This record gives sequence, structure tokens and C-alpha cells, in this order.
Amino acid sequence: MEEDTITALATKAGESAVNIIKISGNNSIEIAQKIFKSKSQRKLQELKTYSMIYGNIYDENGDIIDEVIISIMKTPHSYTREDVVEINCHGGIAAVNKILDLVIKSGARLAEPGEFTKRAFMNGRIDLTQVEAIADIIYAKTETSLKIAANNLKGILSQEIKSIRKDLLDLIIDVEASIDFTEEDIEIITYDEMLKRVKFISSKLKELIKNEEKGEIVKNGIKVAIIGKPNVGKSSLLNLIIKKDKAIVTPIPGTTRDAVEEILYLNGIPVIMTDTAGIRESKNMIEKIGVNKSMGEIERSDILIIVIDNSRKITNEDIEILNKSKEKKHILCINKIDKKSKIDKMEIKKYIDEKLIVEVSALKNTGIDKLEEKIKDLTIGKDRFEIEEKIIINKRQKITIQKAKESIDNAINAIKNKLSQEFPALDLRNAYNLLGEIIGENTNEDILNGIFSKFCVGK
Amino acid sequence: MNNSKNVFDVIVVGAGHAGCEAALVCSRLNLKTLLLTINIDKIALMPCNPSIGGVGKSQLVAELDALGGQMAKTAEKTLIQLKILNKSKGPAVQSLRAQIDKKAYEIEMKYVLENTPNLILRQGNVCNILVENQIVKGVEIEGGIYFYSNAVIVTTGTFLRGRIIIGDKEYKAGRMGEYLSLNLTKSLNNLGIKTDRYQTATPPRIDKRTIDFSKTIEQPGEFEPLNFSFWNEKTIHKNISSYLTYTNKKTHEIIAKNIDKSPIRSGIISTHGPRHCPSIDRKVINFPEKTRHPVFIEPEGEYTNEMYLQGLTTSMPIEFQQLIVNSVEGLENARIIRPGYAVEYDYIFPSQLNLTLESKIIENLFFAGQINGTSGYEEAAVQGFIAGVNASLKLLKKPELILTREESYTGVLIDDLITKELYEPYRMYTSRAEYRLLLRSDNADLRLSKYGYEIGLINKKQYDKVLNKEKEIQILNEFLKQKVIFPASKNNEILKNMNSAVIEVPTNLYQILKRPEIRILDLLNNFGFDFTIKDNDVYNQVEINTKYEGYILKQLEEIKKYSNLEKITIPQTFDYFKINGLTFEAKEKLNSIKPNTLGQASRIAGVSPADISILLIYLKSKSGR
Ligand SMILES: Nc1nc2c(ncn2[C@@H]2O[C@H](COP(=O)(O)OP(=O)(O)OP(=O)(O)O)[C@@H](O)[C@H]2O)c(=O)[nH]1
Ligand SMILES: [Mg+2]
Repeated sequence: MEEDTITALATKAGESAVNIIKISGNNSIEIAQKIFKSKSQRKLQELKTYSMIYGNIYDENGDIIDEVIISIMKTPHSYTREDVVEINCHGGIAAVNKILDLVIKSGARLAEPGEFTKRAFMNGRIDLTQVEAIADIIYAKTETSLKIAANNLKGILSQEIKSIRKDLLDLIIDVEASIDFTEEDIEIITYDEMLKRVKFISSKLKELIKNEEKGEIVKNGIKVAIIGKPNVGKSSLLNLIIKKDKAIVTPIPGTTRDAVEEILYLNGIPVIMTDTAGIRESKNMIEKIGVNKSMGEIERSDILIIVIDNSRKITNEDIEILNKSKEKKHILCINKIDKKSKIDKMEIKKYIDEKLIVEVSALKNTGIDKLEEKIKDLTIGKDRFEIEEKIIINKRQKITIQKAKESIDNAINAIKNKLSQEFPALDLRNAYNLLGEIIGENTNEDILNGIFSKFCVGK
Repeated sequence: MNNSKNVFDVIVVGAGHAGCEAALVCSRLNLKTLLLTINIDKIALMPCNPSIGGVGKSQLVAELDALGGQMAKTAEKTLIQLKILNKSKGPAVQSLRAQIDKKAYEIEMKYVLENTPNLILRQGNVCNILVENQIVKGVEIEGGIYFYSNAVIVTTGTFLRGRIIIGDKEYKAGRMGEYLSLNLTKSLNNLGIKTDRYQTATPPRIDKRTIDFSKTIEQPGEFEPLNFSFWNEKTIHKNISSYLTYTNKKTHEIIAKNIDKSPIRSGIISTHGPRHCPSIDRKVINFPEKTRHPVFIEPEGEYTNEMYLQGLTTSMPIEFQQLIVNSVEGLENARIIRPGYAVEYDYIFPSQLNLTLESKIIENLFFAGQINGTSGYEEAAVQGFIAGVNASLKLLKKPELILTREESYTGVLIDDLITKELYEPYRMYTSRAEYRLLLRSDNADLRLSKYGYEIGLINKKQYDKVLNKEKEIQILNEFLKQKVIFPASKNNEILKNMNSAVIEVPTNLYQILKRPEIRILDLLNNFGFDFTIKDNDVYNQVEINTKYEGYILKQLEEIKKYSNLEKITIPQTFDYFKINGLTFEAKEKLNSIKPNTLGQASRIAGVSPADISILLIYLKSKSGR
């Protein structure tokens, strides 16, 4: 049996009401006990196999993270034949992530893809027929090319990949023919023609990746951080947007010392709103930590809402925050418009596109709908997209498609530089193989077969 | 009966390109070797095109040469033209092709064989392989004479139950006008070796004096000094031209009108022929939209008027062959000297062999060349060499020589043969080699001569030359990285004169050499660096490695990625049917091919990545983690 204990989210993160975190291994029960208190005060160790218990998950500070139901399956009566704990969480994605984090901090290791199945197999729990459907393994070649991927992708995405591969193969055939059949009376593909076709393929892949990004959003949510100097009204805005008094609001600058998170759903897309500590040079240690955290929050977020105070002059700090935000999608929110304006709008427009500016008053609750509209625009785009199965694919598939696109773009460069055909050919073949891995297709004889059926070659 | 005169270490059956290499290897490794051939006048014959090399094939020849094979040397002695193919492309796909004087090649090769110690040449038609307890013991030739040996290498080409077809006429023959082997197939089948039939064909030859060359385009060879074998100095070779002409509407009409007379249509030939060598009949059927096909007119030798018609392969009845030939521009009055024909023959499924080319079921019985379902002199020769090496190493109780796909075309060839499902005679192409950019003709010596030396087929002097080259490459590399050019106006003037952009920061020679327009010798000369090296090819190697470094690294990266799978071995006794998770197709394929490694398994058509995953877990769990 394996020595270490592994854990992973067993359900799809997202809108499902219950998320299950699975822990398997010798220490799984002990690990779960470290972060869990049952309502009945019973310890997990006392439970029989196949029992369930209700209670709370606590973090390091003793704060309740979520209400959960835990089920226990003891060795050998579990899927992996090891001790297995399942934590059924009710909270949103943020809570689930936090719990997973706690489980890992308590001594479990994040499972490799397919590792539960692998353990089940290794411990004689399931036969290979079952493995086949779930096999996700360690080695590069197989890693991205599993049947599960093909099954998951039975929809439009796999068709799309097939169609891109077809275009790619046609191109490779033309390029390879010009290498291996150099003396034949065949039409040699020109660099212009190659470039045209390869660019088309590149744009197709780009579209695909964009779709996947949307898929990722559907799955994991989108992170929005509210940032700005102290006391500009960040926490007030958060409370308005999430329609709850979650963050503490006071007239004292530097109130929020730690990021406060809340999920809301926009057209079914989970949006994780984060309030942050106001950013300024501070001598106060705790506030300083908070400020550092805010900078980290900027890094981690997909979208930034920069808040400035209408009633105060723009300072270098505001400008600095604006500049720091350039790398991400962002909105500038001018708050407290109920008060007399002291800001120079012309100056602001030097730093940010007018379209990205909204004026609101958190106090009077004006302009909030406009702010929400803007957030929606940035998260899900003007045209609302449907949450379709086809675009929900896993990270590795996305990475593979990205790699394929990189290869294609390398080919574009090679062609632009008029490198000899075998160089772009290598990039094209690499992309072709990568895409093949996603849909689980071997490439074997495709190329030569294509050449022979397309061209009249041979002596 | 067990006459000691009839006892050998190795017997090679057949003296074609595979057989010659195999016999030479064994005898050069001091094994007493008998080379049997049906007709002692037909050694190392080139029954089809009069050339050696070509795209993908010259890489094979270079590898064979680097390993200590014979083909390149004999070709260099007897060639009458040398041409660089893909000249405008990169070094990896540039290929040499030598036009050969066929008769000279035969005589030269026979001379080499006759003068190699330990090699006994003898005429004889092998009809039976002698086997005891699944171990080969020798052969029997027609007439009831027995020869005994510890290993047998079968290289019988197209001779097993050969059938020649011209129009509606059929002859039993190994090649036109030659004896065939009627009984050996049965002997092999009795041993459990499965065979099937392939077919191939050759064009008519015409009389040079009847060609109107003014209507053709002359195709001369290169005028620069070149070498076909690494071990020879570069020299300017004979340069006898070939000529190019084209078929036309009239040709195609003749064929279309008489297509029912073509054996491929009439049903006389139903076996698979190679797609890379289609008959003109086939081309007209399959590509009716094409208005012309090229025809290369190539000399069969220096002292003959016979000209080979590359591109006009046909086995139509002779009178139609004449019509077809005469319809082509420049050949209006051409006279056929010998007609084209098709030949059908037995080959063995190569998946019955190990990567050493030894039979999986009969120990010490090896197969090489066209009998393994390949086509081409070069493909045959490298197999003959590998079979000869491995037969010898086995008898000498030394570790086998298996070249991998990552290091050689030879590895690609043999791995493909054994792993892939093939439906036609196999020809090498550069596109078959996934690591094409690394497997160049120009570095075959650097890649492979270490093996030749270890085995004893490359001598110390030759190997020292390679080691010296390696060392000088390193020195020159370091030199280029160390020498820095400063952005002084004098230096930038030099760069401008080389049509290259000026530099703004100190830059080493290595970085400058990466620029496509910069050639290494110009660079060194123009900046006044005096760098003397013994081996001029060093410049070439360094230039290639520098200019294409990015791509070369990518390929090395790829190799690393897949090397794990190549390292995991699968026992030959592995029972695939026991494993539930595999698809039925995968089970069947894996069971019939019995791959040696997981890497090989992953290349079998019909075996999906999921199947490989299952095998991987299974093998890992078996090996007790
Ligand atoms: N007049 C007016 N006051 C506002 C508005 N929004 C917030 N305030 C007030 O501004 C003060 C600070 O608000 P917070 O929401 O705590 O500001 P913050 O940006 O979170 O501050 P820190 O957490 O300290 O960085 C409070 O007294 C709010 O009531 C507004 O639109 N108009
Ligand atoms: Mg606050």
C-alpha cells in the first residue's frame, strides 16, 4: 500500500450544490479530524466504516469555514481499499478551496490525475476494464492522450479538433511531399500558400483556447478584486454588490486588514468578489501585511475594480495603483459622487480609457447597476454565452492546445523567415501530434498515405 | 555426410545487396561464412533503376557506411554521376544520388567478396532450411547437398516462387531470365514462418542510339568535389548526364484504350505493389486529370547503350510497351532492348522477426532484404548488415546491436518493419523519421561509427578520424562562443559587407553565425580569425548545429519525452489476452507483433494511448513497484 495520503476535489468545482473532497491513505481519518468538529462531539476515529457524520470545518484560527457531512470508508471497504474520507461541502467554491487547502496543510498531498484509480488498481480493487475508462497516468506521452479525454470530448470540441487536424494534415502532406518527392512533377507548395493556411489554423486554435477560457470560468469562477487607497469606499461597494454586510465599513482609513471574499453568480458564472486592504505606505505592521496581501490579490485576480474617492484629490498612490492594474482587465470606479468633486477627470483619462470609468455613490446606492454591467461585460463578454458542455475541458487539454498553438506559431515564424520546408514541417507535425493526443488518435501512417492519395508520385 | 568442408559458422542465402553485406560482415568478423547464390554471375545485381541513394535512401547508405558496410564504397568506385537532391533545402533532407554503372558494380562487389578472407562463394539453390529443436542447423541445396552452420541468413529477394508477368504472359523466374526458388517457401512455412505475396515492376530499357536527345532536357550531376563514402576524400566524379522528358496526352490515350491489357486490370496481378513505384498504367488510372508524367532517361552504365526509363514502369504486352515508349517526346523512334515486366514473389511478414532480424521462433535464423517486404537496394543492404552483425554477435556471444529510431534511419526502418502493419513493399522516406533533423547524412559517422568500431568493422584509423572530428567540433564551438566582436565601426563595416545587420552590443561569433545570411568560413576569414582544423567537415557540422540549434534542441526534447516508454520492456511471453482492459483490436495486434518495448507498442496502428496506459500500469504493478 502507498504510504502517503492523497486528496483531491472529487466533484466539478462550480455551481453544484455539494462539492466532495476525497482523502485516501493511511492518515486520511487523522487528517480530517484535525480540521473537523462534529456536532455530536464524536471523533472520526470512533466511527464504523460506511458511516456519516455532521459538523463544521475549522481553519487554523478556529473560524468556521463550512458546514459539512463527512463519510468514512475504512480499509479495505473503499474504492481505493485504503481508508477514505469524503468531505461533502455546502459552501461555494471559495470554501471548498479553503478546505482542500486545510487538508493539504494537515498532511495530505494533492493527488495526481487518476491517482485514486491507480491506487484502486494497485490494491486490486478494480480490474483494468475499469481503469481503462479512468486511466490518467504519469508519463508524458499518455498523460494528455487518454481515452477519458476522448470520452469527455465526445461533443463539439472533439469534432472541432478533428477538423483542425484535418486542415493541418492536408498542409503537412503538401509540405512533406515537397521534401520527399522533390524530383516529381508535383506542384510545390509556395511559402505564401503555406503561410495562409497555417495562419488559418492558428486562428482556429486561438478561438478554441478562448472558448476554453470561458469554460474555465464556468468551472472555477472569475476573481474580481476591489482595490484602492484606504477609505475610498471599497468595503461599502463590496457589500452593495453582494447585497450583504460582509465587510466592515468604518470612517477610519485602514479598516480592512485582510481580503474578504464572497461569491455571487452573474448569469450562472461564479464571480468571487474580494475586498482588499487599502493600499498605502504604512508604518503599522498589521496594516502593512494587509497591504502586501492586497498586492498579492492583484496578482491572483482576473479583474480589478480600482476605487478612487471623488471628494479627494488624485494622489501619486492612485496613479500607481492604476499603473499596477494595467496588466489585468480593470474598471475605474469613482466613488462618493454624492460629495463635491475634487478630482481632475481630464487627468484621469490620461491613464485610463473613458469607457472603463464608472461613477457611483456607495452611500446613496447610485450607479451600482452600471458597475455591475461593466463587471459582467468584462467577465462574460457582451454576448452572453451559454454554459455548454463542449467548452468545459480540463487544464491539461487546454495546456496541450496551447502547446499546439505555440508550435503552429513557430511554424508561422519559420515560414516567414523562409526556412527550408523541413523546419516548419517539424512544428506542424508536433502540433498535429499534440492535437492527436487530446482526442486519443495515433498518427502513424497518416502523412505518407495522404501523399500517395493526393499526388501522383513514384517512379 | 557431415563433411567438415561443408561446415560453416554462418550461411548466407542469396547474394543480392542484403546478402553481400551480411556475408561481408560475418567473414570480416572472422566467422567462416558461406554465401550461396543461385547464379554466381548475378551478384549484387541492380535489376531496377541504375542508381543508389535518393531522398531518405542516401541517409541509409551513409549510416551503413559509418557502421562499416560496403555499399557506399562500391558505389563510389562505380558511379558515373553524383547528384545532390533537395539542394535548396536544409542539410537534414539533402540527399545524394549516384548513377551507377550496373555491370561495374556487380564486378566490383564480386571482386570484394572473392577477396575477403573467411568468405566462401558458391553457386547453389537452397531448397530447405535445416532446423533441430527450433534451432537452425544449416541448409540443403537442390541436388541434395547439405551445408551446416550455426546461423543462417536468408536474403532471397524476389526469388521465392517468383512469377514474371508481361501482358498476358507469365514465366516462373526469380528475375527476368533467371532461375527461381520453388521450394524454400514451403520449407519456411513448415517451420511456422508465414508468407504472403508482393509484386513490383520495372520499366523497359531502350537503345541510346535511337533517342532524340534534342527533345529532352539534360540532367547533369554535380561538378563540385563530393564523396559518397565518408572514408574517401572528396573528388570530382564522372558526370554522365541523364535526360528528362514527359509523357503526353497521346501516351495516356494509348494506355487508357488498352488498359484491359494491363495485368493490373486484367486480374493477372492482384497482389499489392508499392505505391511509390506505380506503373504508368496505374498513374493514368488513378490520376486521369494529369496531362503529363515525367520520364527520366538514365544510362545503365558507361559501356552500354541501354537506357533506363524511370517513370515508364509497365507490364503491358510488349507491342503496347513499344507504342507507349514511342508516344513520348524524344523517344519517337526509340527501340526497346528489353521490356518492362512485373514480378510477384513471396515475402515473410516481418513482424515475425526480432529487432535483430532474427526469427522469433527459429533460433539463429535471420532474414534480410526484400524477403522482409521492403523495396530498394539501400533498404536491403542495411538489413543485410544488421542481420549479419547480429548473427555474428550472437555466435560470438556478444550483446546484440539494435539501433533505435532516435539515432538512425536504420532503426526507423527495422522498427517500422516489425511494428507497423504494411500493405506494400516498404521504401524509406525522410518523413518516416520523426527525428529527421538529427539523423542527417552528414553526421552519420558521428552518430554511428562508434558501433562499427566496437564491433570491429571500423578500424582504429577510421575511428580516430571520427574522434578527431568530434574533438575539433567542440573546439570550434568553444572558440565561436569565446570570440567576441565589439560594435566598433570597423567591425560593423565588415558585417555590412556580408549583407548582415550591424551589432550594437558586444556579440560573440556564435551569435553572429546564427544569422541565416552568415556562412562560417566567411565569418572567420572576414574577421581575420585564423582557425586551422584537419577535417573540413567540422565547419559544416558546427554551422549546422549553430544555425538550427533551436530546432535541434526541440527534437532532443521530444526524444526525452518519449524515452520513458522506450525503456519499458515487455516480455515476449506476455499474455495480452489476459488483460481485460485492452480493446480486442489492441489485443490481437499486440499479440501478433509482440513488441519489445512499450515505445514500440505505442507505434502499432490500432493500439490507442489508453491501451498503452493500461499496459504501463500493468507492467509497473507486475515489476513490483
Ligand atoms: N459620502 C459618501 N461616503 C461614503 C461612500 N462610500 C463610502 N463612504 C464612507 O467612507 C468611509 C470608508 O468606507 P469603507 O467602505 O470602509 O472604505 P474602504 O475603502 O473599505 O476603507 P479601508 O478598508 O480602510 O481601506 C465610510 O465612512 C463610508 O461610510 C459614498 O459613496 N459617499
Ligand atoms: Mg475596507
